[in-house]
Amino acid sequence: MTTAIQNVENYLGTFTEFEKRATGRALPWLRQLRENAFARFCETGFPTTHDEDWRFTNVSAIARTAFSLPQKGTLHLSNRDLNAWRTETTAAQLIFVDGQFALELSDSSNLPERIVISSLKEQIMKQSGTLKAHLGQYLDTHRDSFCALNTAFAEDGAYVHVGRGRVLEAPIHLLFISTAADKPRMIHPRNLIIVEDEGQATIIEEYVSLGTGIVFCNSATELIAGENATVAHHMMEREHTEAFNVSTLRIQQGRSANVASHSILLGGGLVRNNVHPVLAGEGGECLINGLFVGNGRQHLDNYMHVEHASPHCSSRQFYNGILDGHAHGVFHGRIVVHKDAQKTDAKQTNRNLLLSDNAQIDTKPQLEIYADDVKCTHGATIGQMEENALFYLRSRGIDEASARRLLLLAFAGECLERMKSGSARDHAERLIHEHLFAASYGMPRQDVVDGNEQELQHAGSWEEVG
Amino acid sequence: MSLLEIRNLHVTVAGHEILKGIDLEVKAGEVHSIMGPNGSGKSTLAQVLARREAYQVTAGEVLFDGKDLLAMKPEEAACEGVFMAFQYPVEIPGIGNTYFLRSALNAIRKYRGEDEMDAMDFLPMFREKLKLLEMDEKLMNRSVNEGFSGGEKKRNEILQMAVLQPKLAILDETDSGLDIDALRIVAKGVNAMRSTERAMLVVTHYQRLLNYIVPDFVHVLVDGRIVRSGGAELALELEQRGYVSIEAQAGQTAPASV
Repeated sequence: MTTAIQNVENYLGTFTEFEKRATGRALPWLRQLRENAFARFCETGFPTTHDEDWRFTNVSAIARTAFSLPQKGTLHLSNRDLNAWRTETTAAQLIFVDGQFALELSDSSNLPERIVISSLKEQIMKQSGTLKAHLGQYLDTHRDSFCALNTAFAEDGAYVHVGRGRVLEAPIHLLFISTAADKPRMIHPRNLIIVEDEGQATIIEEYVSLGTGIVFCNSATELIAGENATVAHHMMEREHTEAFNVSTLRIQQGRSANVASHSILLGGGLVRNNVHPVLAGEGGECLINGLFVGNGRQHLDNYMHVEHASPHCSSRQFYNGILDGHAHGVFHGRIVVHKDAQKTDAKQTNRNLLLSDNAQIDTKPQLEIYADDVKCTHGATIGQMEENALFYLRSRGIDEASARRLLLLAFAGECLERMKSGSARDHAERLIHEHLFAASYGMPRQDVVDGNEQELQHAGSWEEVG
Repeated sequence: MSLLEIRNLHVTVAGHEILKGIDLEVKAGEVHSIMGPNGSGKSTLAQVLARREAYQVTAGEVLFDGKDLLAMKPEEAACEGVFMAFQYPVEIPGIGNTYFLRSALNAIRKYRGEDEMDAMDFLPMFREKLKLLEMDEKLMNRSVNEGFSGGEKKRNEILQMAVLQPKLAILDETDSGLDIDALRIVAKGVNAMRSTERAMLVVTHYQRLLNYIVPDFVHVLVDGRIVRSGGAELALELEQRGYVSIEAQAGQTAPASV
């Protein structure tokens, strides 16, 4: 706890400074929201591995680093810098540089009526009533100190409001770019996405790095899906390996709403991705789909907290992990079925491919069921690359490196297949392929080639662990 | 010159000697059948020729088209013209059949210094082969062997063989688990590929398949050794008298190599 206390003192100074100049400091409700959250953060500090939710992820590296907020208004990026990060077809693209909205780099023109896409800051300045009604209403700042910290520093991020019955075919791309940091820097992007009844939208929330340096990105997104709304959210983590990335997606689903959350973790050094849907209305459906690909010393933690609060809802969690080198993956799938949520249908599957002897996966299902008429299943598998499949491909003339790549793409492809086709999926597919091709994932190492054929021989059957 | 020359081949799997000195010569244009009871080493021989790495060669040599086959990786052997139809074809979720087959064909073409085949050229040839094996094109949109029936899997093996046009085709118990209709289709596919340029090694437990694919030579493998060789009539003799008599004979007259 000493670390936590010391660190909280660091944050106290930063918060006091922040409050003096923060956008919306004059709005009592917002000031209160920030102050309450900060007070809660001070009470709890950063979690330790004694905390059940953080058993497999040690955040002391974050806790002991003195981060500072980025300086305001110093953007050195041009449109040309961004070409590599743009996606093909989007309804709008909002660019955030070191957590701050970059209007000149963004494009949210030509939007249909009753669809608002802007920065959160703009909505604060406008004193938007919708913002006040929703911001901070869903995120669990009490339980999660990262969410509390985010709320304390909530000032900028994306604001998306899709009106009743409005349908956006093309995705909204939210791109968060971290530039080079000469000293440790933190950002707390805060997004609010509201899709009203019968509305439809796809959101890509993507984190990338331009330049090196220690960055701590602690983002939080509240996504409200109204009755019968259809929403897809894509989280793409592609930062460099010096980055700490903690993100939380809190979904509030209305009656018969259909929400899909896709998390693709490719980059980042220490990554924690929280997905927390609450199925609050009857007949809601939620898909929580993910792929995490780690190498080197990456630590990729996927934490799900699926709350069934109403009857006749279904949730599906499917996560595939590919781990090489000394990478450490975590899948922690918590399903809570409330007392009245009868006829709940919840399923959880985690499949992992370990490509080296030093890679590690912790997979943990956690079911808390307070209703009596429910269907909940979970399963996890850990395996190596299928030796039979590899031999089969090679016996047809495909060289070993290509055969391994094909099998990896196929394994990763399971995650892609669960996405609806369209440009968001194409974007994810392209990035996953590039990533798997760039790094020679799963190739036999030089040090085991020394006459040690065993490496290639241990059978690749799936092992049930949960 | 023989296409395939196996000399004194000894193979061990997980410490057990399975093949105890195999000698076999196969010329282009010939169809040889390897028959034998369970555990005699038939499949091991097929797998070694396809270069499965789990099998350890402790003595002997294999020349394929004059080259050292045992020095080749599986993909090299395939590119040189060796093809094995698997006894248990592998399901590979996530990789489409057509994509897989075109990748394989192009890998082989590339190895031989030929141009890769684009989809436009590939498809008409592919459709013709599908027709030969009486396979539904829809199956090809699925992942490799995924959700295929046993018969469909075996036909898919022969389809791959028809597309890849190997110099040496090894059929590893392709008949096992097939009903008579599927067997006829498979045999038709195989027979269509018989040519003076190509050799075939038909590994089977039962004589039944050899009614449809008539071999030039039959070899009986017992306990890791070829104990008898003869013409197609040997298969019929086996069918009538069973392996037991041959095993007994082998015990008396052929203690070492043949």
